[in-house]
Amino acid sequence: MAELAPMRKAYGEALVKLGHANPDVVALSADVSNSDFSFMFQEAFPERFFNVGIAEQALVDVAAGLAYSGKIPFANTFAIFLATRALEMVRTHLCYGEANVKLMGAYAGLSDSFDGPTHHSITDIAIMRSLPNMTVIVPSDPVAVAKLLPQVAAWQGPVYFRLNRNDVPVLFDESYAPRIGQAITLRPGNDVTLIATGLMVSRSLEAAQVLASEGIDARVLEVHTIKPLDVDSILQAARETGALVTAEEHSIIGGLGGAVAEVASEAYPVPIKRVGLNDRFAETGPYQDLLDHYGMSVQAVIAAARQAVAAKR
Amino acid sequence: MHYHSEELVKDLSVKAQLFRIHVLKMVYNAQTGHIGGAFSVAEIVASLYFHHLNVDPAHPDWIDRDRLLFSKGHACAMLYTALAYRGFFPVEELATFRQFNSRLQGHPDRLKTPGVEICAGPLGHGIAIGAGMALAQKMRGGKPSSLSAPSARASAGRVYVVLGDGEIDAGVIWEGAMTAAKYRLGNLTAILDYNGIQQTGATADVMPTEPIAAKWEAFGWHVQEVHGHNVAEILAALDRADEVHARPSVIIARTTKGKGVSFMEYDHRWHGMPPNREQYEKALAELEAGVQAWQN
Repeated sequence: MAELAPMRKAYGEALVKLGHANPDVVALSADVSNSDFSFMFQEAFPERFFNVGIAEQALVDVAAGLAYSGKIPFANTFAIFLATRALEMVRTHLCYGEANVKLMGAYAGLSDSFDGPTHHSITDIAIMRSLPNMTVIVPSDPVAVAKLLPQVAAWQGPVYFRLNRNDVPVLFDESYAPRIGQAITLRPGNDVTLIATGLMVSRSLEAAQVLASEGIDARVLEVHTIKPLDVDSILQAARETGALVTAEEHSIIGGLGGAVAEVASEAYPVPIKRVGLNDRFAETGPYQDLLDHYGMSVQAVIAAARQAVAAKR
Repeated sequence: MHYHSEELVKDLSVKAQLFRIHVLKMVYNAQTGHIGGAFSVAEIVASLYFHHLNVDPAHPDWIDRDRLLFSKGHACAMLYTALAYRGFFPVEELATFRQFNSRLQGHPDRLKTPGVEICAGPLGHGIAIGAGMALAQKMRGGKPSSLSAPSARASAGRVYVVLGDGEIDAGVIWEGAMTAAKYRLGNLTAILDYNGIQQTGATADVMPTEPIAAKWEAFGWHVQEVHGHNVAEILAALDRADEVHARPSVIIARTTKGKGVSFMEYDHRWHGMPPNREQYEKALAELEAGVQAWQN
């Protein structure tokens, strides 16, 4: 089992580093900066930090105004409020108007587990992915946060960056070199590909080990960029392994599973199983218990892989 | 400077009336578009683009420009007309309004139309986006650049937001208003086109907004009220707003929806209805008589 490290702290540190590197980087908050750790930026750059209060719509609109005037705003609040309450602002000004705003979706998935389904974010990937001009990125561990955030700042156009609240397994070391838009094969394999994002990458790696002991040689493909999707790597996996499993801390509707199914069904149809929440809300409880109970256990990935392999012709 | 010559006032008043004629033609030809709210905002738009704003049509992205955020995007036929006459694009292009392959979209698109600062139409965005722009200008120090015209203003690159009164039903207006007050954005001025009518009826019935001045004051804004078709009052209020420091300003401009055409005034049905031929000709005659009245 990999060691655990706090995702939030990695984010706060990476944001401060960005602030030092680029004076145009500013941060905005909807008054949850001690939750999402953007307070670290506030402490380092008080003149470049704006708390608009509990007002997610203004958060995004004010950020758009800053972006239209040449700043690179990082707008921070809970993922689900960016994706739902502020959605029209995101659509009209970031996507249609091409405001260069970076949306930092904190507490995504079930990671704000004890605050319950009102705060869980299980549809944000689907919502953000459907918007023209939006880029959707889901780092898998604290190292990925540090590696990807500078690329997010340099990326032209709006980005939705999905963050986990909790201590998560550290998967990568300094040699990890993600590029926006490029999936990464973390484990080779020929029988099935586990296509995973976020926290489910670590669970998929665990599942692959178990599958290996059963004689199933599972490839693990880390998709940190849900959009633009690395279509080539997914189709290559479909061709070479003949079966796909998607794994995400999200509804099975419209997220990574939806994206992969869209691509594969049009270009190279193979059996696909989607691991995630099965179109329902979760409940309050310990994070690991919720993940396991609501369809995102290691066992669920293993079972999906077995089914996908069995469905191959 | 709160005094403006009679000549200037007359010139801007005539322009506003001529712009109404253009809007009428655009909406009649396209058989789609919004007349009522375009007519009510005519003098406001003319006063801003043809006197008050520091903009350069040859360099629409000039960083020290004043920014006009046309938040009541549905009334964009008036915005487009003013931009065209100000030189941002050819006047002939106004004939393409709402047509396929036009730069003049049904609602403003900042990427397609030179001089348009924000996408609008979904209502309520202007104040919060304007606050973001005003913050950015403030962070730049608001230093007048060599390009800016001589001015008594404290800062270059001021931000102006033209609001409809129906759109202030939206909560994000007031979220933005609080943000602007919190950050003491004296470089932000909103002009409220207070015509009293929205899509399905009177604002007093749809969603009462009174006491309007007290509302903005309570939100920390400097408030002025003017007759919104009186150019001299509009110009003076804009000047005074520029002199307000550490507080955003709102100018509540009392206007008439459909102003200038007797059968359109005060009638919410002309919010988004194109005229037929008979109505068009009658409206045109009235508007042209209005121009004559100014010129005599």
